[in-house]
Amino acid sequence: MIVLDFTLQQGEFRLQLNEELVGRVTVLFGPSGSGKTTILDAVAGLRTPSNGTIALNGRKLFDARARTDLPPHQRHVGYVPQDVALFPHMNVRRNVLYGRRRGQKLSLDSVASILEIVPLLDRQVVRLSGGEKQRVALARALMSAPDLLLLDEPLAAVDFDLRSRILPYLERVRDELGVPIIYVTHDRDEARRFADHVIVLANGAAVRSGPPQEVLS
Amino acid sequence: MDVSQITIFTIVTALAATTLMVPPGLLLAWLLARRRFPGRVLLETLVSMPLVLPPVATGLILLLLFSPRGPIGRVLATVGIDVVFTWRAVVLAMTVMGLPLFVRTVRAGLEQVDRRYEAMASTLGAPPLRVFFSITLPLALPALVAGAVLGFARAIGEFGATIMIAGSIPGVTRTLPVAIYSFAETGRDGDALLLVAISAGIAFAALWLSNYLSARAGLRA
Repeated sequence: MIVLDFTLQQGEFRLQLNEELVGRVTVLFGPSGSGKTTILDAVAGLRTPSNGTIALNGRKLFDARARTDLPPHQRHVGYVPQDVALFPHMNVRRNVLYGRRRGQKLSLDSVASILEIVPLLDRQVVRLSGGEKQRVALARALMSAPDLLLLDEPLAAVDFDLRSRILPYLERVRDELGVPIIYVTHDRDEARRFADHVIVLANGAAVRSGPPQEVLS
Repeated sequence: MDVSQITIFTIVTALAATTLMVPPGLLLAWLLARRRFPGRVLLETLVSMPLVLPPVATGLILLLLFSPRGPIGRVLATVGIDVVFTWRAVVLAMTVMGLPLFVRTVRAGLEQVDRRYEAMASTLGAPPLRVFFSITLPLALPALVAGAVLGFARAIGEFGATIMIAGSIPGVTRTLPVAIYSFAETGRDGDALLLVAISAGIAFAALWLSNYLSARAGLRA
């Protein structure tokens, strides 16, 4: 279970959230500027809330009152940002293995074959297409054996054709690896297809929250 | 005159100075590029001082600090290390004069590194030191090389501070620029011109290497 109960002030913008996420995939849905990416940054530890708590399976990642603020490298939260940010000075294999944790169950072989990136492993990242970059970034995040995966509009930058090809990979990650996911999108169809739970955001606050068929009708 | 002795001595001391620039230079460049702390502007100003101060003035300050009765020289003397008018003074003058160029170049390089890469590395479980050495530093490598070459070239050409703190002792502290000056002053123009040609050769080789390496780094990125 993921507890997001915090306030984050950023200049004029104020994000306020009080949600408990229990589903496998929670979609954060809303227009740009509604605070979706800010929430992911806060969960990953890249932005500090001004108040409240962020907890993951009972582990406090952030707790303003107890002055707990785990640095990103101790949170075990995988993050695929919108621009994927693959390391440009490493090839695909070194990117994917960068965050590999000792003694973890997932092997490079299994992750690479689920995401079908085996033929890409020895390529330079500049030579990858948009969809390939997305899959490599996903593999890199998965290899760190995260307790939670944050995906920021993974299909926004790819065309319609590619979208229908990447979505099944995301479903395999959800179904075969069992990693809980927070998924940011402003696409209604993606949200419907992928989510167990949807939080609709506007101006930094949740305006609706519930199963996709109720919330997105 | 021993051309090869002067040339080798100058190159070796300049290489030593460049090596000595790297640890404090990296730390200073990182502090200035990435940290906000009180006294930051003061530190930045102090680091750049040798660039704008007459080198002879920097040399005199170093002489006062490192002479056997100076505050630093006294401490070093108790452990038996003489600096002034030895090869150590040559390296010291080269290091101090080259450091600002190294720091400024590396700092600009570090500021160019996209922070998103560092953020991603940390979410993948890399502690700050690993992020620095595996992400930040390799991405800033062209700037690091450029900074080292500039620092090295500045060290090879160092004259003013060297003459103050190390003098011009043949076979002990005499570097290429100092020797050129001494020979020209005593009317040995031929010897001086030969050393000028050698200096030009070293400068050309260093710049060529720098351009070659940054072109390669550019291809890879």
